[in-house]
Amino acid sequence: MNAEQISIFLENTPGRLVEVTRIFEEGRINIRALSLADTSDFGILRLIVDDNEKARQLLQEHGFTVRITEIVAVEVADTPGGLHRILETLAQAGINVEYMYAFVRQSGRNAVMIFRFGDTTKALDVLSSGGVQVIDGKDLYAM
Amino acid sequence: MIFSEEFETMPREALEAIQLRRLQATVARVYNTVPFYRRRFEEAGVTPEDIRSLADLRKLPFTTKADLRDNYPFGMFAVPMDNVTRIHASSGTTGKPTVVGYTARDIQTWAELMARTLMAAGARKDDIVHNAYGYGLFTGGLGVHYGAEKLGASVIPISGGNTKRQVMIMKDFGPTILTCTPSYALHVAEVAHEMGVSFRDLKFKAGIFGAEPWSEQMRQEIERKLNLKAMDIYGLSEVMGPGVSIECIEAQNGLHVFEDHFIPEIINPKTGAPLPYGTPGELVFTTITKEAFPVIRYRTRDLSVLHAEPCRCGRTMVRMGRIQGRSDDMLIIRGVNVFPSQIESVIIETGHFEPHYQLIVDRIGNMDQLTVRVEVNEAMFSDEIKNLQTIERDLERTIRETLGVTTRVKLVEPKGIQRSEGKAVRVIDNRKI
Repeated sequence: MNAEQISIFLENTPGRLVEVTRIFEEGRINIRALSLADTSDFGILRLIVDDNEKARQLLQEHGFTVRITEIVAVEVADTPGGLHRILETLAQAGINVEYMYAFVRQSGRNAVMIFRFGDTTKALDVLSSGGVQVIDGKDLYAM
Repeated sequence: MIFSEEFETMPREALEAIQLRRLQATVARVYNTVPFYRRRFEEAGVTPEDIRSLADLRKLPFTTKADLRDNYPFGMFAVPMDNVTRIHASSGTTGKPTVVGYTARDIQTWAELMARTLMAAGARKDDIVHNAYGYGLFTGGLGVHYGAEKLGASVIPISGGNTKRQVMIMKDFGPTILTCTPSYALHVAEVAHEMGVSFRDLKFKAGIFGAEPWSEQMRQEIERKLNLKAMDIYGLSEVMGPGVSIECIEAQNGLHVFEDHFIPEIINPKTGAPLPYGTPGELVFTTITKEAFPVIRYRTRDLSVLHAEPCRCGRTMVRMGRIQGRSDDMLIIRGVNVFPSQIESVIIETGHFEPHYQLIVDRIGNMDQLTVRVEVNEAMFSDEIKNLQTIERDLERTIRETLGVTTRVKLVEPKGIQRSEGKAVRVIDNRKI
């Protein structure tokens, strides 16, 4: 059920991002989605990949600071109001979103929204009782 | 004008006779009252009777900051606490600052020397001194304060900070003499400019700037922006505080050392060998009138040079050149002294960080900024920006609370700090002084 992403600490210097993609290319790791949060000093690169453990191991071997974190992936109808309904469900239940990012699937009508919650368990309860389609981890990595 | 014609323009032979008499008295007194000095003299095989001429000074052992710290807090005092009327401590050091004491007579001497200093810089009885040096354990504020009172001038004890209010007071009270660090002077100029206040409309004629190294270029900038004559002052709490030496407004070329109270020497910082006038090296001072806290051949670690040529102002006292740097790795950030090793201790004591760090010093605008680079590690890496920023702010606060210096902490990747073979490059000083 649970889905995970891989988070990487990056200094804001030229060439750090390309180092990550090079490692992934050599390790045959496929990126499903990504988001980069940054400050003036550093950034955090968050990725959904097809093999978290392998990605973590390769990155650590190359000296990166890496953490696997729990996220929630949900299907969002690719129509006006699709995201709004989900956020409204969460807001009514008082669930705080730490951050989120999205990607659109090649096939199918739905987009995928990645959420990071302060309280993942509670968020999952609220989403399933609100009828939101939560994507299982292994399905997410294989998308 | 000269505050003390008698001493400041005394012929060299007469001055040297006074120096020798005072040196002999000081050496005899510390030998008899401060166990540290007696032990050091004995180790060096020298007794007070061996000091028969000024040249014999070099027979005496050096005193270092580490010696003062080892005798924390009062171990170097040469009088009982009954006779100590004031205690100061060096700025911005760790839990163990350098503590200095003054007798009532020391305070009078200091006031006299600061009155000489103010007058050398152009101050008179009818001047108003805007004293923006910090008041407190730091010697700057009170040093200037007592000197201004001794001179008979009016002193505004504004201390540091709250710059807008300072500008308002400058406008309303019309002070004529400014005393602060050179970087603060330029900061005040900026703030005044933002407030629409022009220094052309203020009444300043001279400023006395010190407590941090600065350059001739900075002097020109200060003189232009603040519309006053800028004089360099030197002093350190271990020797007395401000007023060890001052530039005269007539020449603005080297700082006259008040040699009737302090004997300056220049030594080779590596070998300790005394160097002749005109050769740059490390400044060493021996106090010859201080009662509570005399120092013998105190190594300042400041690099300078001494000049004996007569000055057009008429003072016969030798002049020291601008401080050119340090013979150790001490940083002076906005008047606060910091050793990289002290920051290292704070970083390590948090228990969160690797002992790898780098200090970057920049001068942004006119303010010194110290950036501390430390490496992130997996234990602290939480995936959320705000948590990492909290880690940065927490370390900034700990450093500020422990060392009194404001820094900017920057997290870098593991191994992001260069590991050099042998001595690590801990400090990158980008300031152009």
